[in-house]
Amino acid sequence: MPDTVFFALEVMLNGLMAGVMYALVALGFVLIYKASGIFNYAQGVMALFAALTLVGLLDGQVPFSHLINAIFGTDVHHFPSGLRDLFAAGEGASGFTAMLGRILGILIPVLLTAAVMVVLAWAVQKLVFRHLVGQAPIILFMATIGLAYFLEGFGDLMWGSDIKALDVGLPKGINETLERVTNEAFGYGFFIDNLDIVAAIVAAILVVTLTLYSQYSRQGRALRAVADDHQAALSVGISLNYIWVLVWSIAGIVALVAGIMWGSKSGVQFSLSLIALKALPVLMLGGFTSIPGAIVGGLIIGMGEKLFEFFIGPLVGGATENWFAYVLALVFLVFRPQGLFGERIIERV
Amino acid sequence: MLYREAGDFKTSYASDSQTFPIRFDRWRYWAVVAVAFGVIPFVIDDYWANAVAVPFLIYAIAAIGLNILTGYCGQVSLGTGGFMAVGAYACYKLMTAFPEVSVLIHVLLAGGVTALVGVLFGLPSLRIKGFYLAVATLAAQFFLVWLFNKVPWFYNYSASGQITVPERTILGVAVTGANTPAWAKYLFCLVLLFVLAWVARNLTRGSVGRKWMAIRDMDIAAEIIGVNPLTTKLSAFAVSSFYIGIAGALFFAVYLGAVEVGEAFGIQKSFVVLFMIIIGGLGSIFGSFAGAAFLVLLPVLLKNVLVGQLGWATDLAAHVELMIVGGLIVAFLIYEPHGIAQLWKLAKEKLRLWPFPH
Repeated sequence: MPDTVFFALEVMLNGLMAGVMYALVALGFVLIYKASGIFNYAQGVMALFAALTLVGLLDGQVPFSHLINAIFGTDVHHFPSGLRDLFAAGEGASGFTAMLGRILGILIPVLLTAAVMVVLAWAVQKLVFRHLVGQAPIILFMATIGLAYFLEGFGDLMWGSDIKALDVGLPKGINETLERVTNEAFGYGFFIDNLDIVAAIVAAILVVTLTLYSQYSRQGRALRAVADDHQAALSVGISLNYIWVLVWSIAGIVALVAGIMWGSKSGVQFSLSLIALKALPVLMLGGFTSIPGAIVGGLIIGMGEKLFEFFIGPLVGGATENWFAYVLALVFLVFRPQGLFGERIIERV
Repeated sequence: MLYREAGDFKTSYASDSQTFPIRFDRWRYWAVVAVAFGVIPFVIDDYWANAVAVPFLIYAIAAIGLNILTGYCGQVSLGTGGFMAVGAYACYKLMTAFPEVSVLIHVLLAGGVTALVGVLFGLPSLRIKGFYLAVATLAAQFFLVWLFNKVPWFYNYSASGQITVPERTILGVAVTGANTPAWAKYLFCLVLLFVLAWVARNLTRGSVGRKWMAIRDMDIAAEIIGVNPLTTKLSAFAVSSFYIGIAGALFFAVYLGAVEVGEAFGIQKSFVVLFMIIIGGLGSIFGSFAGAAFLVLLPVLLKNVLVGQLGWATDLAAHVELMIVGGLIVAFLIYEPHGIAQLWKLAKEKLRLWPFPH
């Protein structure tokens, strides 16, 4: 086979991997939408906020340090030691203790961040969406845009807005094994990023866990009941408040995972919240109510935009990735307004 | 008594259905117009024109435009920035291609071009609704910005990729370019805003506006009683884009002077204008003014207080501003979904009954 075919294949594979990353964000959207009918625009900012918090905890930043410095004229920025170093074993530690220290140094901040996301979910539910029950979906959507703005300002205020590197020990760089194997087999080495492979595995685990959770656990059943019919669920004794907090917490933890992946890939910065926008066409393709739809939609968008950029991009000046996903979703929606896996929309007067 | 209908007898249908049925309101309206046209142009300086007055007037036009589409016709659009870019680039191409034609005509034509583009991107609204449509308008936003960035014809093959406004005059006074006096900028925008707001107000209370509102309130029901969704939705898109296009043209030609499309007309602009109409009041012309004034003044005020008075860093002030704007959006949606306009209405209602509220 000629090299261009292999090259196109490689582009496609990379697109699939990028699609997995989109799907990670899209998952959070689907969860909240299914359970509460809220289209949560703030999902991307939640990922950013989670990543910022994680970096802050790892490096031992003082929260609101800029604000404190501005008000009291002090100059604080870091605690003496970040959590990463707090657990790190001393110089002469044996292999096992050093390893344990490293793992604890990552794991504990991750768990703490997850706790922060749960608190955030509770606050959002308590302060915002409890007061908006029964409003039109579009009002709820706009409320989440407001929430996104607030959270973005809050995150920046808490942790500072400079670009931060996030390192939780995920492998990076080109996967050499894959390159060698494919080189021997086809005479053409495929370049795939290690991080993308990890992301794909994590996404797969996440989907399986979420599916199992919603199928077989008590809360999962309650969750599906609420998604099916709020009033019926309420009448059999399921607490809507509890379920909504639960769902926002799960979405927050999914956001944390997405934040870790994207943060490791391209640094923790404002543009992270823009991936939320990329997740929108993914959802439109897959349908707002379907978890497999989010994954398939992500893969189609990721692959489509990379291939389009590869084949058509050079003809029209490049950077088509900025809009291709939206236009694809737009064209697609005209023919199938509910998306690939969405429930059929029935309208009544 | 100050604020009463009592004694103000209507003797014709025209006077019965006028915009301001209370005499005091009419006086107040003419007083505001008189101050805007007769006093402010003589006292305005460069700082007030550039920081407050001109952006307010331009955003008010954009907000009226988006309010027609979102507030009156119920079609949420996140493509405002993209449509403003169309207005700006259409204006630029027309100004450079036909330098002898008046800039006023160019601005209006730019609005017309934007209306056409708006109708094109409005076509999917016949199939898709709600926030599906909101996301579909994102396609317009990103595609248009990309287009103006990548196709050199739009920026006349300039090396920087920017567009810079040439100097144009009306009646011998420069209204665009570096030598424009502050009052000329102000007056040019004010005249356009005055006419456009007047047209919008009368469109929205006529049959066109009623059709828009019928579609907004329930499109299927509206269709059954004989409102054509095709013409109604597309006319809303056309009129809205016309306004937004003019706002974009003014934003480029009068306010900024030189524009880099991604920076001036990015997705942030779409959100800012959307926030203006949420805070100001969906489905209200006055609300568009109030929202535009609020979101233009708030950053200026915060900057003066936090940076000027307290000596905070500018980025810190920007974060606080984000939080306040976001918090206000949520607060308004919870406590007063109809925005400042509704608060204003309630205040007027109270005033009408004052001092005997029962």
